[in-house]
Parts: sequence; C-alpha cells; structure tokens
Amino acid sequence: MDSINQSTVANGFHHLQAAHCENGVTTALLKHYGVHKLTEPMAFGIGSGLFYIQLPFMKVNGGPAISFRTMPGLIFKRTCKALDIPVTRRKYVSPQKAMQELDERLIAGKPTACQVGVFYLTYFPKEYRFHFNAHNLIVVDKQGDEYIISDPIMETLVSMNSYELQRVRFAKGAFAPRGQMYYPGDDLKEATDEQIRRGIISGIKRNCRDMLMIPGSFGGAKGIAYTGRQIKGWKNKLGDEKARGYLAQLVRMQEEIGTGGGGFRFIYGAFLQQAHAYLPIDELLQISQQITATGDKWRDAAIQASGIYKGRLGTQADYDNMGDRLIEISELEKMAFKSLKEAIKKAK
Amino acid sequence: MKKDEIPQDDGALGRIAKEVTYVVGADGKYETAQSSGWDVKTDALNVAWDEVNSKIEAARQKVLRGEASPVLYFMEKKIMDLSILSAYTGFWKWTIKKHLKPSVFNKLPEEKLKKYAALFEVSVEELKKPFG
Repeated sequence: MDSINQSTVANGFHHLQAAHCENGVTTALLKHYGVHKLTEPMAFGIGSGLFYIQLPFMKVNGGPAISFRTMPGLIFKRTCKALDIPVTRRKYVSPQKAMQELDERLIAGKPTACQVGVFYLTYFPKEYRFHFNAHNLIVVDKQGDEYIISDPIMETLVSMNSYELQRVRFAKGAFAPRGQMYYPGDDLKEATDEQIRRGIISGIKRNCRDMLMIPGSFGGAKGIAYTGRQIKGWKNKLGDEKARGYLAQLVRMQEEIGTGGGGFRFIYGAFLQQAHAYLPIDELLQISQQITATGDKWRDAAIQASGIYKGRLGTQADYDNMGDRLIEISELEKMAFKSLKEAIKKAK
Repeated sequence: MKKDEIPQDDGALGRIAKEVTYVVGADGKYETAQSSGWDVKTDALNVAWDEVNSKIEAARQKVLRGEASPVLYFMEKKIMDLSILSAYTGFWKWTIKKHLKPSVFNKLPEEKLKKYAALFEVSVEELKKPFG
C-alpha cells in the first residue's frame, strides 16, 4: 500500500508520502524506529482521527470554523499509546534552545517530528500559504546549515536552512507550534498482532463515541446536519457574496491538505479493510463500503458547493440542495458508526 | 472513490507534488494513487485568494486616502490580523490599532518601524511609502 515515492537517506530514513500529514509523520517515524506493521490508514484508525465539528460563535478567516479531524497531535499520541511506545514532546520559549536540542538529536542520527506553520514553508506553493499552524513534518538530517525534511505531503525529501526552519517552528497565531518537537523512544520493538488488534478495537470504540455520543448539536455525525441546516439560511442571512465565501471555505476545510473530509472517509474505509486482517469480523468490510459511500457523497456535495461559489448556481433551491446533502451524509454516517459500534462488540 | 474517478486537473499543489489519495481498485480493495489536483478545490482556493486580494486592495485605497497607515496594507498583504500581527511583533493589539492611524504612524520611532518592516519583509522606506 505504501509503495509510492519512497526515498531513503544516509541514516536509513525512508521518506513516505501520505494523504494526511499527521498520519504520515506517525507512520514514517514509527517505521524508522522499528515498527513496520503500521500503515497510514492503521495509524489514522488506531488514533481515531475521523471527526466532525463546526464550532459555533467561532470564525476562521471570517468563515465558519469547521474541522474534520481530531485535535492535532492526538493521532500520534493515541497510536503510540496503543502500541506501548514512549513519547516525548517538547515545547520551547527560546528558539535557540529549540534548534539546539533538535540539532543534538540529528547529530545522534535520530529523525524528529516538528509541528510547524505553513505560511513561511518555502517549498510549499504560494497559493497554499495561509497562517495554518498545525502542519507536521519530520526533520531527518542536517548537512551544514541545511536541514533535510521529510514532509508527508511532498513526493520526495526537501530541505530548509536553519533560519527558515526556525521561522516555521515559531510561527504565530492559532495553534502556534512554539518550537514543538516530538518523537517516540529509540529502538522500538515491532508491534505484536495482539497489540495492533487491541489498538484497532479501542480506536474504533473511541471513534464511534466521537461520532455518535458527543454532547451538543454541532459535533460528531449530527454536527454535519447542523452545518447542513445552517447552509440553508446562508443566502438570506449573509448575502450572495459572503455565502459563496463560506461554501468555498467549507470545501477547503473538507478537501485541502492538512484537513481533509471526503479524503478522510476513504482513509477510514481503507483502515476498516486493513483492520479485518487482524480482526476477522466481516461487518467491517461492509461498513468500509458504507464509509466509502459517504466519502463519495462528501465529494458530490463539494461539486454542488463549487457550482454555487463559481456563480453557476445561486438560488435558494441550490442552497437547500446543498444543505440537504449534508443532512443526508449525517444520517448515513450515523448509520455506519452505529453498525460499527455493534460490530466491534463482537471483538474479544 | 474509484481509482478511475481520481481527478487529474491542474492544481497549485500538483505542480509541486501530486497528492496521495485512497481509492478503491477494480477488486474492491483500497489502494493509494495520486491526483494532480481537482478543479473544485482549486476554485475554492481561488475564492479565498480573491477575498484576500480584495481586502488588500481596500486597504491600499484606505492608505492612499490617508484613512489608514501602511501597516494596514502590509497586514492584509501578509494575510495577518491584529492577533497574528500582535504575536509576531510583540506589540499589544490596541497599540497596533493606534499604529493603524496615519497621524500616530508618522511619528513612530525608527526601532518600531524596523520591527514592522522586518516582519513585512520590506525596507523602512518601503514601509513608509508602499506605493512608490
């Protein structure tokens, strides 16, 4: 599965391109330190990465604050916990100290993950550079003043000099990384099938809880319907131009790098298929198909939204159609996670 | 998404790196494949940039009319808001609000101007006279 675009550097680090940065960092880092069984979908599923929330009263770039994922950092933390892997995470006040401690690890030949802001990320296309601070990458090696970077979004290894790296590690704004770096213990033991099996079970249970049981009306599967109902009112409430901007923001949150919504459903679908190898409950395969179907519906909804923000559509009926799509997705995801909750009860 | 449905449109990211996506192959099994971009996403990104650009233009007009200091123009140009600008410069938000007034900005000492100029990646001269 993880066969695309791997390249290896001197210290044996294997670059891994991934669909989502935190999954990618978790998988590649754990592989380097000795856990080879983990794949990107497995990290996502064990880490219970799938989520939905629209935070009311909060705005991002003047639009709705919607997230399709759990809090940054949790996928790594939960995956490591499931596999009994010790984790170190450090934040810094002093940039000098942050760079010095990273250097010490690199000199010792130990690739290390960092949380960074993308605004000053030199190898990113300009169009993608907003003040988004929850991006993850692995610093693999240092040669002179150049740091070799394994960014899961990129096809191959890239590099940044010390000034550039320090700047993205100390990006400011929401979720400011504060020089954050994190890594698992050295020389990890390969995960046992039993550990992975347990990780899958607890990951699925937690994800069912997050999607079905979260209190309030705007989180989990029901939160999707909440957004759907809101969309129906956007045209009247906000006017055409602002409503179009809001829909564009929804699609960016849903489909862009670092966030992902439709794409996340497909990763979760892949996870349930892979989980079946460790946990032969046949419902997992059917539920995988259901989740895939919701991912497809998310993408269809994005096409409807684009019709509106491109100005091809724009009547109230078009907004109602968009809202109804999300309400339908909400129901489908509720059903899928309810079945999953039942199915996982069979696991011992 | 089925493997043969992966969009291969022209996207900004696709020029630098194709994106990995999870897709269902002919045998019903998930596999990874790459996408160069999707027009639906590219258009959404363009909407965001259009908003940024119209904010920059509005700020430019305000500065030209003498209703705001160049700090507003550069703040919009760097897609920052008061909170982000405050975090990067160390100035309080209300201090920055004062600096947005031309009368206050024109009397700012060199070291404060330097702070803004460095963050906005321009010289102090350009900061004072952004449009030549």
